[in-house]
Amino acid sequence: MSSAPSDGVSSHPQAATLEFRNVSKTYEGSEAPAIQDLSLEVPAGEVCVLVGPSGCGKTTAMRLVNRMLEMTSGDILLDGASVRTRRPADLRREIGYAIQQIGLFPHLTIADNIATVPRLLGWSRSRINARVDELIELIGLDPDDMRDRYPVQLSGGQRQRVGVARALAADPPLLLMDEPFGAVDPINRERLQNELLGLQERLRKTIVFVTHDIDEAIKIGDRIAVLKAGGVLAQYATPAELLMQPADAFVEDFVGADRALKRLALTQAGDVALHPVDDGLPFALLRDDAGRPVAWERAGERHPVRTVREDETLRDALSDLLRSPVQLGAVIGPDGRVLGVLGVDVIHELLEKEADAEDGA
Amino acid sequence: MNALVLAQAGNDFFRNRAGDSCVADNGFCPNWIVHHLDRYVSPFWQHLFLVVVSVAIGFAIAFVLALAAHRRRGLVAPITQVAGVLYTIPSLAFFFLLLPITGRGNTTAIIALTAYTLLVLFRNIIDGLDGVPEEARDAGQGMGLTGRQLLWRVELPLAMPAIIAGLRVAATTTVGLAALATYAGAGGLGDQMASQKEFISNIAVGGALCVLMAVVLDGLLLVAQRLLTPWTRARAA
Repeated sequence: MSSAPSDGVSSHPQAATLEFRNVSKTYEGSEAPAIQDLSLEVPAGEVCVLVGPSGCGKTTAMRLVNRMLEMTSGDILLDGASVRTRRPADLRREIGYAIQQIGLFPHLTIADNIATVPRLLGWSRSRINARVDELIELIGLDPDDMRDRYPVQLSGGQRQRVGVARALAADPPLLLMDEPFGAVDPINRERLQNELLGLQERLRKTIVFVTHDIDEAIKIGDRIAVLKAGGVLAQYATPAELLMQPADAFVEDFVGADRALKRLALTQAGDVALHPVDDGLPFALLRDDAGRPVAWERAGERHPVRTVREDETLRDALSDLLRSPVQLGAVIGPDGRVLGVLGVDVIHELLEKEADAEDGA
Repeated sequence: MNALVLAQAGNDFFRNRAGDSCVADNGFCPNWIVHHLDRYVSPFWQHLFLVVVSVAIGFAIAFVLALAAHRRRGLVAPITQVAGVLYTIPSLAFFFLLLPITGRGNTTAIIALTAYTLLVLFRNIIDGLDGVPEEARDAGQGMGLTGRQLLWRVELPLAMPAIIAGLRVAATTTVGLAALATYAGAGGLGDQMASQKEFISNIAVGGALCVLMAVVLDGLLLVAQRLLTPWTRARAA
Protein backbone atom coordinates (compact mmCIF):
# COMPACT_ATOMS: atom_id res chain seq x y z
CA MET A 1 0.00 0.00 0.00
CA SER A 2 1.38 3.33 -1.00
CA SER A 3 0.85 6.21 1.37
CA ALA A 4 1.31 8.79 -1.38
CA PRO A 5 -2.21 10.04 -2.07
CA SER A 6 -3.25 10.71 -5.62
CA ASP A 7 -3.72 14.24 -6.88
CA GLY A 8 -7.31 13.84 -7.91
CA VAL A 9 -10.46 12.07 -6.93
CA SER A 10 -10.38 9.64 -9.79
CA SER A 11 -6.91 9.99 -11.26
CA HIS A 12 -5.32 7.07 -9.43
CA PRO A 13 -8.00 5.23 -7.61
CA GLN A 14 -6.34 2.86 -5.20
CA ALA A 15 -7.79 0.30 -2.90
CA ALA A 16 -6.32 -2.15 -0.45
CA THR A 17 -7.21 -5.73 0.29
CA LEU A 18 -8.23 -6.41 3.86
CA GLU A 19 -8.02 -9.73 5.62
CA PHE A 20 -9.18 -10.78 9.07
CA ARG A 21 -7.21 -13.86 10.07
CA ASN A 22 -8.57 -15.80 13.09
CA VAL A 23 -9.19 -12.53 14.92
CA SER A 24 -10.47 -12.67 18.49
CA LYS A 25 -11.14 -9.86 20.91
CA THR A 26 -12.04 -10.13 24.57
CA TYR A 27 -12.54 -6.89 26.45
CA GLU A 28 -10.61 -6.49 29.67
CA GLY A 29 -12.67 -7.56 32.65
CA SER A 30 -15.05 -9.52 30.46
CA GLU A 31 -15.30 -13.31 30.28
CA ALA A 32 -17.09 -13.61 26.99
CA PRO A 33 -15.26 -12.67 23.81
CA ALA A 34 -16.68 -9.83 21.71
CA ILE A 35 -15.20 -11.32 18.52
CA GLN A 36 -14.45 -15.01 18.08
CA ASP A 37 -12.06 -16.40 15.52
CA LEU A 38 -13.19 -14.07 12.76
CA SER A 39 -11.70 -14.79 9.36
CA LEU A 40 -12.76 -13.05 6.19
CA GLU A 41 -11.22 -11.42 3.16
CA VAL A 42 -12.35 -8.23 1.48
CA PRO A 43 -11.06 -7.88 -2.10
CA ALA A 44 -9.69 -4.49 -3.10
CA GLY A 45 -12.38 -2.05 -4.19
CA GLU A 46 -15.29 -3.92 -2.65
CA VAL A 47 -17.76 -2.89 0.02
CA CYS A 48 -17.92 -5.32 2.92
CA VAL A 49 -20.87 -4.75 5.23
CA LEU A 50 -20.67 -6.01 8.81
CA VAL A 51 -24.24 -6.54 9.94
CA GLY A 52 -25.96 -8.11 12.90
CA PRO A 53 -28.07 -7.40 15.97
CA SER A 54 -26.73 -5.04 18.63
CA GLY A 55 -24.03 -6.61 20.74
CA CYS A 56 -22.81 -8.84 17.92
CA GLY A 57 -19.42 -7.15 17.82
CA LYS A 58 -19.68 -5.52 14.39
CA THR A 59 -18.38 -2.14 15.56
CA THR A 60 -15.70 -3.87 17.61
CA ALA A 61 -14.55 -5.75 14.52
CA MET A 62 -14.33 -2.50 12.56
CA ARG A 63 -12.39 -0.69 15.27
CA LEU A 64 -9.81 -3.45 15.38
CA VAL A 65 -8.81 -2.57 11.82
CA ASN A 66 -7.44 0.91 12.62
CA ARG A 67 -6.39 -0.17 16.10
CA MET A 68 -8.88 2.02 17.93
CA LEU A 69 -9.15 -1.30 19.74
CA GLU A 70 -6.42 -3.90 20.04
CA MET A 71 -7.23 -7.49 19.11
CA THR A 72 -6.54 -10.23 21.65
CA SER A 73 -5.32 -12.76 19.10
CA GLY A 74 -5.14 -13.32 15.36
CA ASP A 75 -4.13 -10.71 12.83
CA ILE A 76 -5.53 -8.18 10.42
CA LEU A 77 -3.68 -7.64 7.16
CA LEU A 78 -3.94 -4.52 5.06
CA ASP A 79 -2.56 -5.28 1.59
CA GLY A 80 -0.82 -8.25 3.16
CA ALA A 81 0.90 -6.30 5.94
CA SER A 82 -0.14 -6.70 9.56
CA VAL A 83 -1.72 -3.62 11.13
CA ARG A 84 0.10 -4.59 14.33
CA THR A 85 3.43 -3.50 12.85
CA ARG A 86 2.26 0.07 12.29
CA ARG A 87 2.25 3.02 14.65
CA PRO A 88 -1.50 3.51 15.30
CA ALA A 89 -1.52 7.22 14.37
CA ASP A 90 0.26 6.53 11.06
CA LEU A 91 -2.01 3.59 10.28
CA ARG A 92 -5.14 5.67 10.95
CA ARG A 93 -4.04 8.47 8.62
CA GLU A 94 -4.15 5.94 5.78
CA ILE A 95 -7.60 4.68 6.66
CA GLY A 96 -10.68 6.86 6.18
CA TYR A 97 -12.89 6.99 9.27
CA ALA A 98 -16.55 8.02 9.40
CA ILE A 99 -18.84 7.41 12.36
CA GLN A 100 -22.54 7.74 13.06
CA GLN A 101 -22.16 10.79 15.31
CA ILE A 102 -19.93 12.23 12.54
CA GLY A 103 -17.66 13.95 15.04
CA LEU A 104 -17.02 17.07 12.98
CA PHE A 105 -14.89 19.49 15.02
CA PRO A 106 -17.32 22.27 16.05
CA HIS A 107 -14.55 24.87 16.29
CA LEU A 108 -13.23 24.36 12.76
CA THR A 109 -14.75 25.45 9.46
CA ILE A 110 -15.88 22.85 6.95
CA ALA A 111 -12.67 23.42 4.98
CA ASP A 112 -10.50 22.93 8.06
CA ASN A 113 -12.45 19.86 9.09
CA ILE A 114 -11.93 18.25 5.71
CA ALA A 115 -8.26 19.26 5.73
CA THR A 116 -7.56 17.41 9.00
CA VAL A 117 -5.69 14.39 7.65
CA PRO A 118 -3.96 16.18 4.75
CA ARG A 119 -2.56 18.64 7.35
CA LEU A 120 -1.35 15.74 9.50
CA LEU A 121 0.36 14.35 6.41
CA GLY A 122 2.03 17.69 5.74
CA TRP A 123 0.49 18.53 2.40
CA SER A 124 1.18 21.98 0.96
CA ARG A 125 -1.42 24.67 1.51
CA SER A 126 -2.31 24.97 -2.17
CA ARG A 127 -2.74 21.24 -2.52
CA ILE A 128 -4.96 21.13 0.54
CA ASN A 129 -7.13 24.02 -0.71
CA ALA A 130 -7.59 22.38 -4.08
CA ARG A 131 -8.42 19.04 -2.48
CA VAL A 132 -10.96 20.60 -0.10
CA ASP A 133 -12.83 22.28 -2.96
CA GLU A 134 -12.73 19.09 -4.98
CA LEU A 135 -14.23 17.09 -2.12
CA ILE A 136 -16.96 19.62 -1.33
CA GLU A 137 -17.99 19.41 -4.99
CA LEU A 138 -17.76 15.63 -4.89
CA ILE A 139 -20.37 15.48 -2.13
CA GLY A 140 -22.65 17.73 -4.14
CA LEU A 141 -22.20 21.00 -2.25
CA ASP A 142 -20.96 24.43 -3.31
CA PRO A 143 -17.37 25.09 -2.15
CA ASP A 144 -17.77 28.89 -2.14
CA ASP A 145 -20.83 28.59 0.08
CA MET A 146 -19.57 25.82 2.37
CA ARG A 147 -15.83 26.40 2.87
CA ASP A 148 -16.02 28.91 5.70
CA ARG A 149 -19.11 27.66 7.47
CA TYR A 150 -19.02 25.96 10.84
CA PRO A 151 -20.63 22.55 11.36
CA VAL A 152 -23.46 24.10 13.40
CA GLN A 153 -24.50 26.01 10.27
CA LEU A 154 -25.14 22.83 8.27
CA SER A 155 -28.17 20.55 8.06
CA GLY A 156 -27.88 17.00 9.35
CA GLY A 157 -27.56 15.57 5.86
CA GLN A 158 -24.91 18.11 4.88
CA ARG A 159 -22.92 17.23 7.99
CA GLN A 160 -23.04 13.54 7.12
CA ARG A 161 -21.74 14.35 3.64
CA VAL A 162 -18.93 16.46 5.06
CA GLY A 163 -18.07 13.58 7.40
CA VAL A 164 -17.67 11.32 4.37
CA ALA A 165 -15.65 13.97 2.53
CA ARG A 166 -13.34 14.31 5.52
CA ALA A 167 -12.85 10.54 5.60
CA LEU A 168 -11.94 10.63 1.90
CA ALA A 169 -9.65 13.65 2.17
CA ALA A 170 -6.26 11.94 1.86
CA ASP A 171 -7.60 9.45 -0.70
CA PRO A 172 -7.24 6.46 1.64
CA PRO A 173 -7.18 2.95 0.14
CA LEU A 174 -9.54 1.74 2.88
CA LEU A 175 -12.59 3.42 4.40
CA LEU A 176 -14.21 2.47 7.71
CA MET A 177 -17.82 3.58 8.11
CA ASP A 178 -19.69 2.89 11.35
CA GLU A 179 -23.43 3.38 10.77
CA PRO A 180 -22.66 6.61 8.93
CA PHE A 181 -26.33 7.16 8.04
CA GLY A 182 -27.80 5.78 11.26
CA ALA A 183 -28.96 9.10 12.64
CA VAL A 184 -30.55 10.45 9.45
CA ASP A 185 -34.26 10.41 8.59
CA PRO A 186 -35.34 7.70 6.10
CA ILE A 187 -35.62 9.98 3.07
CA ASN A 188 -32.21 11.56 3.54
CA ARG A 189 -30.81 8.17 4.43
CA GLU A 190 -31.86 6.69 1.12
CA ARG A 191 -30.41 9.69 -0.70
CA LEU A 192 -27.10 9.41 1.17
CA GLN A 193 -26.94 5.68 0.43
CA ASN A 194 -27.45 6.36 -3.27
CA GLU A 195 -24.78 9.06 -3.17
CA LEU A 196 -22.35 6.68 -1.51
CA LEU A 197 -23.03 4.07 -4.18
CA GLY A 198 -22.48 6.74 -6.83
CA LEU A 199 -19.21 7.79 -5.19
CA GLN A 200 -18.07 4.20 -4.87
CA GLU A 201 -18.80 3.66 -8.57
CA ARG A 202 -16.16 6.31 -9.29
CA LEU A 203 -13.72 5.80 -6.43
CA ARG A 204 -13.67 2.02 -6.04
CA LYS A 205 -12.36 2.12 -2.47
CA THR A 206 -12.26 -0.85 -0.18
CA ILE A 207 -14.96 -0.08 2.37
CA VAL A 208 -15.89 -1.72 5.65
CA PHE A 209 -19.41 -0.56 6.44
CA VAL A 210 -21.12 -1.33 9.75
CA THR A 211 -24.91 -1.33 10.07
CA HIS A 212 -27.66 -3.09 12.00
CA ASP A 213 -30.06 -2.64 9.09
CA ILE A 214 -30.18 -5.65 6.77
CA ASP A 215 -31.85 -3.63 4.00
CA GLU A 216 -29.01 -1.11 4.08
CA ALA A 217 -26.52 -3.99 4.06
CA ILE A 218 -28.14 -5.55 0.99
CA LYS A 219 -28.25 -2.22 -0.79
CA ILE A 220 -24.69 -1.10 -0.04
CA GLY A 221 -22.70 -4.30 0.19
CA ASP A 222 -20.78 -6.26 -2.40
CA ARG A 223 -20.34 -8.79 0.36
CA ILE A 224 -22.12 -9.07 3.67
CA ALA A 225 -20.75 -10.55 6.87
CA VAL A 226 -23.58 -11.46 9.23
CA LEU A 227 -22.40 -11.62 12.84
CA LYS A 228 -24.31 -13.14 15.70
CA ALA A 229 -24.03 -12.66 19.46
CA GLY A 230 -20.53 -13.21 20.77
CA GLY A 231 -18.93 -12.03 17.57
CA VAL A 232 -19.36 -15.27 15.64
CA LEU A 233 -19.46 -15.02 11.84
CA ALA A 234 -22.73 -16.63 10.77
CA GLN A 235 -22.30 -16.14 7.03
CA TYR A 236 -20.11 -14.19 4.63
CA ALA A 237 -21.65 -13.97 1.19
CA THR A 238 -22.91 -11.73 -1.59
CA PRO A 239 -26.35 -10.17 -0.99
CA ALA A 240 -28.07 -12.53 -3.44
CA GLU A 241 -26.47 -15.61 -1.89
CA LEU A 242 -27.33 -14.45 1.59
CA LEU A 243 -30.98 -14.01 0.66
CA MET A 244 -31.45 -17.17 -1.36
CA GLN A 245 -29.13 -19.48 0.57
CA PRO A 246 -29.05 -18.42 4.21
CA ALA A 247 -26.49 -20.53 6.05
CA ASP A 248 -28.60 -21.23 9.11
CA ALA A 249 -31.82 -20.40 10.91
CA PHE A 250 -30.24 -17.30 12.50
CA VAL A 251 -29.37 -15.77 9.14
CA GLU A 252 -32.72 -16.78 7.65
CA ASP A 253 -34.47 -15.08 10.53
CA PHE A 254 -32.20 -12.04 10.39
CA VAL A 255 -32.68 -11.40 6.66
CA GLY A 256 -36.42 -11.60 7.22
CA ALA A 257 -39.45 -13.50 5.96
CA ASP A 258 -39.57 -11.23 2.91
CA ARG A 259 -36.17 -12.35 1.70
CA ALA A 260 -37.56 -13.29 -1.72
CA LEU A 261 -38.79 -9.73 -2.18
CA LYS A 262 -35.44 -8.37 -0.96
CA ARG A 263 -33.74 -10.62 -3.48
CA LEU A 264 -35.88 -9.08 -6.23
CA ALA A 265 -34.65 -5.63 -5.25
CA LEU A 266 -31.16 -6.68 -6.34
CA THR A 267 -32.05 -7.38 -9.97
CA GLN A 268 -33.23 -5.00 -12.66
CA ALA A 269 -36.08 -5.85 -14.99
CA GLY A 270 -33.83 -5.60 -18.03
CA ASP A 271 -31.48 -8.28 -16.65
CA VAL A 272 -33.86 -11.26 -16.66
CA ALA A 273 -35.04 -13.47 -19.52
CA LEU A 274 -38.23 -11.69 -20.63
CA HIS A 275 -41.02 -13.12 -22.76
CA PRO A 276 -40.77 -12.06 -26.40
CA VAL A 277 -43.66 -9.70 -27.20
CA ASP A 278 -45.45 -11.82 -29.80
CA ASP A 279 -44.94 -15.27 -28.43
CA GLY A 280 -47.39 -17.37 -26.45
CA LEU A 281 -48.95 -14.62 -24.36
CA PRO A 282 -52.65 -14.67 -23.51
CA PHE A 283 -52.90 -11.03 -24.57
CA ALA A 284 -51.61 -9.27 -27.64
CA LEU A 285 -49.59 -6.12 -27.04
CA LEU A 286 -50.61 -3.30 -29.35
CA ARG A 287 -47.84 -0.85 -30.18
CA ASP A 288 -47.58 2.44 -32.03
CA ASP A 289 -45.28 3.11 -35.00
CA ALA A 290 -42.33 3.89 -32.72
CA GLY A 291 -42.67 0.54 -30.97
CA ARG A 292 -44.15 2.03 -27.79
CA PRO A 293 -46.84 -0.01 -25.99
CA VAL A 294 -50.45 1.18 -26.35
CA ALA A 295 -52.75 -1.52 -24.89
CA TRP A 296 -53.28 -5.20 -24.24
CA GLU A 297 -55.95 -6.85 -26.37
CA ARG A 298 -57.85 -10.12 -26.16
CA ALA A 299 -61.11 -11.03 -27.86
CA GLY A 300 -61.61 -7.44 -28.96
CA GLU A 301 -61.31 -6.15 -25.41
CA ARG A 302 -58.56 -3.69 -24.55
CA HIS A 303 -56.77 -3.27 -21.23
CA PRO A 304 -54.38 -0.50 -20.16
CA VAL A 305 -50.64 -1.25 -20.21
CA ARG A 306 -48.39 -0.96 -17.20
CA THR A 307 -44.85 -0.22 -18.34
CA VAL A 308 -41.71 -1.16 -16.49
CA ARG A 309 -38.44 0.68 -17.13
CA GLU A 310 -35.58 -1.71 -17.77
CA ASP A 311 -33.57 -0.23 -14.85
CA GLU A 312 -36.45 -0.70 -12.41
CA THR A 313 -35.88 -3.39 -9.78
CA LEU A 314 -37.89 -6.58 -10.06
CA ARG A 315 -39.39 -5.73 -6.69
CA ASP A 316 -40.87 -2.48 -7.99
CA ALA A 317 -41.85 -4.22 -11.23
CA LEU A 318 -43.68 -6.94 -9.31
CA SER A 319 -45.61 -4.26 -7.49
CA ASP A 320 -46.67 -2.85 -10.87
CA LEU A 321 -47.67 -6.30 -12.16
CA LEU A 322 -49.88 -7.00 -9.19
CA ARG A 323 -51.82 -3.82 -9.92
CA SER A 324 -52.28 -4.65 -13.58
CA PRO A 325 -55.47 -6.53 -14.55
CA VAL A 326 -53.50 -8.66 -17.01
CA GLN A 327 -50.60 -9.26 -14.60
CA LEU A 328 -48.08 -8.53 -17.32
CA GLY A 329 -45.67 -5.65 -17.60
CA ALA A 330 -44.18 -4.19 -20.79
CA VAL A 331 -40.48 -3.61 -20.18
CA ILE A 332 -39.33 -0.52 -22.08
CA GLY A 333 -35.94 0.91 -22.91
CA PRO A 334 -34.93 4.54 -22.49
CA ASP A 335 -36.56 5.40 -25.87
CA GLY A 336 -39.89 3.94 -24.79
CA ARG A 337 -39.73 0.91 -27.13
CA VAL A 338 -40.86 -2.43 -25.80
CA LEU A 339 -37.99 -4.79 -25.04
CA GLY A 340 -40.03 -7.73 -23.75
CA VAL A 341 -42.75 -8.72 -21.36
CA LEU A 342 -42.38 -9.43 -17.69
CA GLY A 343 -44.75 -11.83 -15.97
CA VAL A 344 -44.92 -13.30 -12.50
CA ASP A 345 -43.75 -16.59 -14.03
CA VAL A 346 -40.48 -14.95 -15.11
CA ILE A 347 -39.84 -13.81 -11.55
CA HIS A 348 -40.72 -17.20 -10.17
CA GLU A 349 -38.28 -18.89 -12.55
CA LEU A 350 -35.44 -16.65 -11.37
CA LEU A 351 -36.05 -17.47 -7.71
CA GLU A 352 -36.60 -21.16 -8.49
CA LYS A 353 -33.26 -21.35 -10.26
CA GLU A 354 -31.43 -19.98 -7.23
CA ALA A 355 -33.38 -22.21 -4.84
CA ASP A 356 -32.27 -25.19 -6.98
CA ALA A 357 -28.70 -24.03 -6.68
CA GLU A 358 -29.22 -23.99 -2.93
CA ASP A 359 -30.49 -27.57 -2.91
CA GLY A 360 -27.63 -28.68 -5.12
CA ALA A 361 -25.05 -27.04 -2.87
CA MET B 1 -10.11 98.90 40.80
CA ASN B 2 -10.98 98.40 44.44
CA ALA B 3 -14.05 96.55 43.50
CA LEU B 4 -12.03 94.26 41.25
CA VAL B 5 -9.49 93.44 43.99
CA LEU B 6 -12.31 92.88 46.38
CA ALA B 7 -14.10 90.59 44.02
CA GLN B 8 -10.91 88.63 43.34
CA ALA B 9 -10.24 88.24 47.05
CA GLY B 10 -13.81 87.18 47.66
CA ASN B 11 -13.55 84.64 44.91
CA ASP B 12 -10.35 83.15 46.39
CA PHE B 13 -11.86 83.17 49.83
CA PHE B 14 -14.97 81.40 48.63
CA ARG B 15 -13.01 78.73 46.76
CA ASN B 16 -10.69 78.06 49.69
CA ARG B 17 -13.50 78.11 52.19
CA ALA B 18 -15.52 75.66 50.15
CA GLY B 19 -12.51 73.35 49.54
CA ASP B 20 -11.35 73.49 53.09
CA SER B 21 -14.71 72.78 54.61
CA CYS B 22 -15.38 69.83 52.23
CA VAL B 23 -11.99 68.26 52.84
CA ALA B 24 -12.16 69.06 56.55
CA ASP B 25 -15.58 67.34 56.68
CA ASN B 26 -14.12 64.27 54.89
CA GLY B 27 -16.80 64.82 52.25
CA PHE B 28 -17.04 64.02 48.56
CA CYS B 29 -15.06 66.83 46.93
CA PRO B 30 -14.80 66.80 43.12
CA ASN B 31 -12.40 69.71 43.23
CA TRP B 32 -10.02 67.89 45.53
CA ILE B 33 -10.28 64.73 43.45
CA VAL B 34 -9.40 66.53 40.24
CA HIS B 35 -6.33 68.08 41.84
CA HIS B 36 -5.09 64.93 43.57
CA LEU B 37 -5.61 62.22 40.96
CA ASP B 38 -1.87 61.94 40.41
CA ARG B 39 -1.35 60.34 43.80
CA TYR B 40 -3.43 57.32 42.60
CA VAL B 41 -1.41 56.65 39.45
CA SER B 42 1.41 54.67 40.97
CA PRO B 43 -0.84 52.62 43.35
CA PHE B 44 -3.07 51.84 40.33
CA TRP B 45 -0.18 50.36 38.37
CA GLN B 46 1.03 48.42 41.42
CA HIS B 47 -2.49 47.08 41.91
CA LEU B 48 -2.70 46.02 38.27
CA PHE B 49 0.73 44.40 38.55
CA LEU B 50 -0.40 42.30 41.52
CA VAL B 51 -3.57 41.21 39.73
CA VAL B 52 -1.97 40.34 36.40
CA VAL B 53 0.99 38.48 37.91
CA SER B 54 -1.20 36.55 40.36
CA VAL B 55 -3.74 35.50 37.73
CA ALA B 56 -0.97 34.59 35.27
CA ILE B 57 0.88 32.41 37.79
CA GLY B 58 -2.43 30.95 39.01
CA PHE B 59 -3.38 30.09 35.44
CA ALA B 60 -0.04 28.43 34.74
CA ILE B 61 -0.35 26.27 37.86
CA ALA B 62 -4.03 25.44 37.31
CA PHE B 63 -3.33 24.60 33.64
CA VAL B 64 -0.58 22.12 34.46
CA LEU B 65 -2.68 20.56 37.24
CA ALA B 66 -5.72 20.33 34.95
CA LEU B 67 -3.77 18.62 32.16
CA ALA B 68 -2.42 16.11 34.67
CA ALA B 69 -5.89 15.50 36.09
CA HIS B 70 -7.32 15.23 32.57
CA ARG B 71 -5.10 12.16 32.02
CA ARG B 72 -5.48 10.77 35.53
CA ARG B 73 -9.05 11.37 36.58
CA GLY B 74 -8.23 10.31 40.15
CA LEU B 75 -6.36 13.58 40.64
CA VAL B 76 -9.42 15.78 40.08
CA ALA B 77 -10.94 15.27 43.55
CA PRO B 78 -7.78 15.80 45.66
CA ILE B 79 -6.70 18.87 43.64
CA THR B 80 -10.18 20.36 43.91
CA GLN B 81 -10.17 19.78 47.66
CA VAL B 82 -6.78 21.41 48.22
CA ALA B 83 -7.69 24.38 46.02
CA GLY B 84 -11.01 24.58 47.85
CA VAL B 85 -9.32 24.73 51.25
CA LEU B 86 -6.97 27.48 50.01
CA TYR B 87 -9.98 29.36 48.74
CA THR B 88 -11.74 29.32 52.12
CA ILE B 89 -8.83 30.77 54.14
CA PRO B 90 -9.68 34.40 54.93
CA SER B 91 -7.33 36.56 52.91
CA LEU B 92 -6.18 38.60 55.90
CA ALA B 93 -5.28 35.42 57.79
CA PHE B 94 -3.43 34.22 54.70
CA PHE B 95 -1.34 37.41 54.56
CA PHE B 96 -0.53 37.29 58.28
CA LEU B 97 0.38 33.58 58.09
CA LEU B 98 2.79 34.27 55.24
CA LEU B 99 4.39 37.41 56.67
CA PRO B 100 6.84 35.59 58.98
CA ILE B 101 7.95 33.38 56.06
CA THR B 102 8.01 35.65 53.02
CA GLY B 103 8.08 39.06 54.71
CA ARG B 104 6.25 42.23 53.71
CA GLY B 105 6.00 42.90 50.00
CA ASN B 106 4.93 41.62 46.60
CA THR B 107 5.88 38.00 47.23
CA THR B 108 3.46 37.55 50.13
CA ALA B 109 0.64 39.28 48.32
CA ILE B 110 1.16 37.38 45.06
CA ILE B 111 1.33 33.99 46.79
CA ALA B 112 -1.97 34.59 48.54
CA LEU B 113 -3.73 36.11 45.53
CA THR B 114 -2.48 33.29 43.29
CA ALA B 115 -3.83 30.70 45.72
CA TYR B 116 -7.31 32.21 45.45
CA THR B 117 -7.38 31.90 41.66
CA LEU B 118 -6.54 28.18 41.61
CA LEU B 119 -9.97 26.77 42.42
CA VAL B 120 -11.97 28.62 39.80
CA LEU B 121 -9.29 28.28 37.11
CA PHE B 122 -8.71 24.56 37.72
CA ARG B 123 -12.43 23.78 37.81
CA ASN B 124 -13.13 25.69 34.62
CA ILE B 125 -10.29 24.13 32.65
CA ILE B 126 -11.40 20.65 33.75
CA ASP B 127 -15.04 21.43 32.97
CA GLY B 128 -14.04 22.76 29.57
CA LEU B 129 -12.05 19.63 28.73
CA ASP B 130 -14.87 17.41 30.02
CA GLY B 131 -17.30 19.27 27.79
CA VAL B 132 -15.50 18.26 24.58
CA PRO B 133 -17.94 16.07 22.61
CA GLU B 134 -16.88 12.42 22.82
CA GLU B 135 -17.49 11.93 19.11
CA ALA B 136 -15.08 14.75 18.22
CA ARG B 137 -12.45 13.02 20.32
CA ASP B 138 -13.19 9.65 18.72
CA ALA B 139 -13.11 11.08 15.21
CA GLY B 140 -9.85 12.89 15.93
CA GLN B 141 -8.21 9.75 17.22
CA GLY B 142 -9.64 7.68 14.39
CA MET B 143 -8.14 10.05 11.83
CA GLY B 144 -4.70 9.70 13.35
CA LEU B 145 -4.24 12.65 15.71
CA THR B 146 -1.78 11.77 18.47
CA GLY B 147 -2.74 12.42 22.09
CA ARG B 148 -0.86 15.70 22.08
CA GLN B 149 -2.35 16.83 18.75
CA LEU B 150 -5.81 15.98 20.00
CA LEU B 151 -5.22 18.06 23.14
CA TRP B 152 -3.87 21.17 21.41
CA ARG B 153 -5.90 21.10 18.21
CA VAL B 154 -9.25 19.82 19.43
CA GLU B 155 -9.70 19.61 23.18
CA LEU B 156 -8.17 22.90 24.34
CA PRO B 157 -9.75 25.01 21.58
CA LEU B 158 -13.14 23.53 22.43
CA ALA B 159 -12.53 24.13 26.15
CA MET B 160 -11.60 27.78 25.47
CA PRO B 161 -14.97 29.38 26.32
CA ALA B 162 -14.97 27.71 29.76
CA ILE B 163 -11.30 28.54 30.33
CA ILE B 164 -11.79 32.22 29.53
CA ALA B 165 -14.93 32.33 31.67
CA GLY B 166 -12.76 31.10 34.54
CA LEU B 167 -10.14 33.75 33.81
CA ARG B 168 -12.78 36.48 33.88
CA VAL B 169 -14.03 35.42 37.31
CA ALA B 170 -10.46 35.05 38.59
CA ALA B 171 -9.40 38.47 37.27
CA THR B 172 -12.34 40.42 38.68
CA THR B 173 -12.24 38.78 42.12
CA THR B 174 -8.48 39.25 42.32
CA VAL B 175 -8.88 42.99 41.64
CA GLY B 176 -11.07 43.14 44.74
CA LEU B 177 -8.85 40.94 46.89
CA ALA B 178 -5.72 42.86 45.89
CA ALA B 179 -7.12 45.87 47.75
CA LEU B 180 -6.15 43.99 50.91
CA ALA B 181 -2.54 43.59 49.73
CA THR B 182 -1.76 46.66 51.80
CA TYR B 183 -1.79 44.40 54.85
CA ALA B 184 0.97 42.36 53.21
CA GLY B 185 2.89 45.57 52.62
CA ALA B 186 2.47 45.24 48.86
CA GLY B 187 0.88 48.64 48.19
CA GLY B 188 -1.77 49.02 45.55
CA LEU B 189 -5.01 51.00 45.66
CA GLY B 190 -5.82 49.47 49.05
CA ASP B 191 -2.74 51.15 50.45
CA GLN B 192 -3.93 54.49 49.19
CA MET B 193 -7.41 53.98 50.57
CA ALA B 194 -6.12 52.85 53.99
CA SER B 195 -3.94 55.97 54.26
CA GLN B 196 -7.04 58.19 54.64
CA LYS B 197 -9.78 55.80 55.69
CA GLU B 198 -12.16 58.52 56.88
CA PHE B 199 -11.97 60.66 53.74
CA ILE B 200 -14.85 59.76 51.48
CA SER B 201 -13.27 61.34 48.40
CA ASN B 202 -10.21 59.14 48.82
CA ILE B 203 -12.24 55.97 49.31
CA ALA B 204 -14.47 56.85 46.37
CA VAL B 205 -11.57 57.36 43.97
CA GLY B 206 -9.75 54.22 45.14
CA GLY B 207 -12.91 52.16 44.92
CA ALA B 208 -13.87 53.55 41.53
CA LEU B 209 -10.43 52.78 40.14
CA CYS B 210 -10.75 49.17 41.37
CA VAL B 211 -14.11 48.84 39.63
CA LEU B 212 -12.71 50.43 36.48
CA MET B 213 -9.78 48.00 36.49
CA ALA B 214 -12.07 45.00 36.93
CA VAL B 215 -14.37 46.15 34.15
CA VAL B 216 -11.51 46.80 31.74
CA LEU B 217 -9.81 43.45 32.44
CA ASP B 218 -13.13 41.66 32.04
CA GLY B 219 -13.75 43.47 28.77
CA LEU B 220 -10.30 42.60 27.45
CA LEU B 221 -10.86 38.92 28.24
CA LEU B 222 -14.25 39.07 26.56
CA VAL B 223 -12.66 40.50 23.44
CA ALA B 224 -10.00 37.79 23.58
CA GLN B 225 -12.70 35.14 23.77
CA ARG B 226 -14.52 36.56 20.76
CA LEU B 227 -11.32 36.53 18.75
CA LEU B 228 -10.31 33.04 19.89
CA THR B 229 -13.69 31.33 19.59
CA PRO B 230 -15.45 32.66 16.49
CA TRP B 231 -17.38 29.40 16.12
CA THR B 232 -19.38 30.05 19.29
CA ARG B 233 -21.18 32.88 17.55
CA ALA B 234 -21.88 30.94 14.34
CA ARG B 235 -25.57 30.20 14.16
CA ALA B 236 -27.56 27.97 11.90
CA ALA B 237 -28.18 29.88 8.69
